[in-house]
Amino acid sequence: MSRPTPSPSTGEGRGGGGARSLRSGRSSMNTFLHQVLSGLATGGIYASIALALVMIHQATHLVNFAQGEMAMFSTYLAWAMIDAGMPYWGAFFLTIVLSFAGGIVIERVIIRPMEDAPILASVIVFIGLLVIFNSVAGWIFTYTIKSFPSPFPAEPLWGNSYISTHELGAIAITLIVLVLLFAFFRYTTLGLAMRAAAENKTSSRLVGIRVGWMLALGWGLAAAIGAVAGMMVAPIVFLDPNMMSGILLYGFAAALLGGIDNPLGAVLGGFIVGVLENVVGAYVIGTELKLTVALVVIVGVLVVKPSGLFGRTLVSRV
Amino acid sequence: MTGGLLEVGDLRAYYGATPVLHGLSFGIVEGGITTILGANGAGKTTTLRAVCGMVRTEGEIRFAGERIDGVATEDIVRRGIAHVPDGRGTFVNLTVEENLRLGAYTRGDRAGVRADFERVYDYFPRLAERRLQQAGTLSGGEQQMLALSRALMLRPKLLLLDEPSFGLAPLVVQDLFRIMRVINEEDHVSMLLVEQNANLALDLADHAYLIETGNLVIAGTSAELRKDEAIRRSYLGY
Repeated sequence: MSRPTPSPSTGEGRGGGGARSLRSGRSSMNTFLHQVLSGLATGGIYASIALALVMIHQATHLVNFAQGEMAMFSTYLAWAMIDAGMPYWGAFFLTIVLSFAGGIVIERVIIRPMEDAPILASVIVFIGLLVIFNSVAGWIFTYTIKSFPSPFPAEPLWGNSYISTHELGAIAITLIVLVLLFAFFRYTTLGLAMRAAAENKTSSRLVGIRVGWMLALGWGLAAAIGAVAGMMVAPIVFLDPNMMSGILLYGFAAALLGGIDNPLGAVLGGFIVGVLENVVGAYVIGTELKLTVALVVIVGVLVVKPSGLFGRTLVSRV
Repeated sequence: MTGGLLEVGDLRAYYGATPVLHGLSFGIVEGGITTILGANGAGKTTTLRAVCGMVRTEGEIRFAGERIDGVATEDIVRRGIAHVPDGRGTFVNLTVEENLRLGAYTRGDRAGVRADFERVYDYFPRLAERRLQQAGTLSGGEQQMLALSRALMLRPKLLLLDEPSFGLAPLVVQDLFRIMRVINEEDHVSMLLVEQNANLALDLADHAYLIETGNLVIAGTSAELRKDEAIRRSYLGY
């Protein structure tokens, strides 16, 4: 099988493109508004990735470094289906279902045997998954950058000049996913059982919850959320095997900023990081150095307030 | 003892390679309250954990005639054994109501579950008041009430209680043990009670066992154990 050489430059300029449509002649206020709004759009995508990270972290106290690559692979599945002639929304939902199933399979086959392994071993497995997904995607789909369709119309809504329809749509879909997840965890018995299993495995077994399956479900959900994020970000950053490497960092920064044990905080963190990245990138350090924002946020949070902005301090009496 | 609700034969339990129980054989009469007495580290908690499949065991455990040794904890629970663990096992981040909902996790009868919510709130009005409060903020006594209530939500045939009096004020303990008796008499829930407070346990229980360093040393009715010279001196303190 022939295989093109990987393009070395694909990792650059990832993670939102607030500055890409800066046009002269607009008032600075308009430019600023545009930066903020498009920051919200990419922020929603970071929020989704952050949420996927938090979900697995709550259950296992580990950060799944392969979360971004799993999302990238899901996006390629969607691309392949659309390329084969499937309508967008059909491919969209089928990708979510396949990703969910794939997440469960990964937990059962690869993560489960590592249950009692030391943390470092698990981290190595996550990094291994990252490399495998990246390479397999490159091997199957090549490293050539592909454009990924948006389901939303190309012309801006109501003729506005601040935010593209795709960005608005991405925000809307992110919010829908968040509301669905919130309702699932808050109001269904299965959601409650998953929260219980994440909090106290022994007590969960003692009320009859199959804890192993709850962890697998968590992986499935995280993979499905990641798939949505991937499909929403791909029209903005274009599709290639390294598409998510930067976005995972932003997602990680968002999760830490919001508090790695707090799903709602992670979501808010995502939006904050998205806006911060765009504004700082446009006005302070320039777009080339935008990824630094994520790193600064990560280091800053860990040094100043390790529990994050909204991290819970556990109140408990004994 | 044969024909009981729970029959344990030559039970050995291990933490890693270390044996903790050295071949216990005992039984529990259906509808009764049995207590296991013993000093710290005698293996009381381990015995309860062994029944629930939470430690590695050898030997035979039968519940309602069926073997349950080697069965996964969550499946043992589904057969009707509820365990109130030491440390109470509260889901501290969830609300009181969510804790109780989890107790009924394996049940499908919605009407019955609703009725049982009423029942446990009736036993413990304090829990009803704190229905929407985060369970981790409850006092120790309230958490013990919650643990007992969560176990009751399963509609168990057998209730395993691990030191329910631990760390609680005497008045709270009195209240708790009064309700345990009500549960036993009115709902016909059999109980296996582990206690360090031997006096309290013998008051409630009709049968008792004494274990020392993983071996069963005395078995009998509560009245018989009360009369035993060694037990009186070592465990009852008079």
